[in-house]
Amino acid sequence: MAADPSVSQNEYGWTPDQPLIRLVDVHKAFGSLQVLRGVSLDVRKGEVICIIGPSGSGKSTLIRCINALIPVDSGTIRVEGQEVNDPDLDKLALRRKVGMVFQQYNLFPHRTALQNVMMAPVHVLKQNRKEVEVRARALMAKVRLQGKEDVYPGQLSGGQQQRVAIARSLAMRPDVMLFDEVTAALDPETVKEVLVTIRELAEEGMTCILVTHEMGFAREVADHVYFTDKGLIVEHGPPADFFANPKDERTKAFLGQVL
Amino acid sequence: MDLVADWFRHLYDTTGINLTIVYDPYDRQRFLSGLGMTIYLSVVSIIISTIIGAIGAWAQGSPARAIRAFVNGFVVLFRNTPPLVQIFFFYFGLGQILPRVENDDGMMVQMISNVQWAIISLSLFAGAYNVEIFRSGIEAVPRTTTEAAEALGYTRLGVYRHVLLPLALRICLPALNNNLVNLLKTTTLAYAIAVPETLYVSKQIWNDSQNVPVMMTVLLIVYTALVGILVYIMNRWERFLSIPGYGQGAAR
Repeated sequence: MAADPSVSQNEYGWTPDQPLIRLVDVHKAFGSLQVLRGVSLDVRKGEVICIIGPSGSGKSTLIRCINALIPVDSGTIRVEGQEVNDPDLDKLALRRKVGMVFQQYNLFPHRTALQNVMMAPVHVLKQNRKEVEVRARALMAKVRLQGKEDVYPGQLSGGQQQRVAIARSLAMRPDVMLFDEVTAALDPETVKEVLVTIRELAEEGMTCILVTHEMGFAREVADHVYFTDKGLIVEHGPPADFFANPKDERTKAFLGQVL
Repeated sequence: MDLVADWFRHLYDTTGINLTIVYDPYDRQRFLSGLGMTIYLSVVSIIISTIIGAIGAWAQGSPARAIRAFVNGFVVLFRNTPPLVQIFFFYFGLGQILPRVENDDGMMVQMISNVQWAIISLSLFAGAYNVEIFRSGIEAVPRTTTEAAEALGYTRLGVYRHVLLPLALRICLPALNNNLVNLLKTTTLAYAIAVPETLYVSKQIWNDSQNVPVMMTVLLIVYTALVGILVYIMNRWERFLSIPGYGQGAAR
């Protein structure tokens, strides 16, 4: 492809008009268990994609491969042009681009909410503590947790903890956010407060990849929905299409059960 | 002071309880210096052995097989052999092999003194246990918590320093407490290589004054008090480290 001089390239020759994340034929097995059997997908900048599917279909493994928490067996994963499936991968460079929020929040229990948000920018990026604190306080406000700065994670509700986890991830100023079933451990009432936070992020143009069981939410915020089963992407499309006219039998069966 | 000394001399005359360490300045000085040596051995060995434990437990999780094998070998060696044998090995074994050096008085002496050997061997002995104690704490930290730190870009050392170790320490403190109490009591083995600690000086005192039962009782009381102080400090530390809403801290 001829380089367009008006678009700036990064060090990997990637330009913002190319997919921000590109997976090509990704395979992963745990022992004899094939978890990913050739997954390909593209995510463009500012897109929100939702990955749905039955338990054990490889959804969580898929997004864990994107930030190299799980090494893949074969295939290509490029994040802004950086090849993730590379033994000499610069993990820090990758992980400051890719934020991740987990099902079990996974806050650091020995640090206050504000400290949780501040830790990585100070320790990992070696940024100035004072500046990080200003940013962290703003992020706490953004996730509507003003006044909870000095509280320990164990004293917060699940929904509050999850919002701290989102703020903690945003403090690294990522280009893309991965959400791994972030509302699965919450009670129905608090699910909403977390989803509101994610929707705001999406509306601000943050690129998001969500593994979720919240079909209503997926239909509402996603630009593209992927359905996985047994390590393969069975079907994908814009949510309106996908939910109204599923084509594959497995998709129909799954949606029939959950909707 | 004289009044106190007189009273203890009177106690000896009337009951036969001979506490020379109170009324006799020479014995008192000997005993206090022995006590000082015990405290010195304990504090230094506690610090070094705890550092060995923290570093060893980290090395146990190393991706390099040789490092893991080294740590495991160290733990097996020092946990499976009696501490007295270890002290003898260092002082009489290794100490003999190492070259001798001239001291200030022009005498040829061992390069490493008996006090230093005692600290080395006690630290390694307790350190081997501490490695296992820290490992138990590390294994109790959920894998997902370290995964979150990795996802934020922390290196293996960064994860250990900022997340794993602080949490593991809180979990393993009661076990660490136990081992350090044991270490304090094990300092009496330095007696065997003539380190003038509390037991050693007490033996000198009872040899001179023929007050064996009295000094034995004094020893029991002294060690009970020393361990009591250590346990008090460790408990204070445990309370200081407790996290609101997490583990034991939640109950307080």
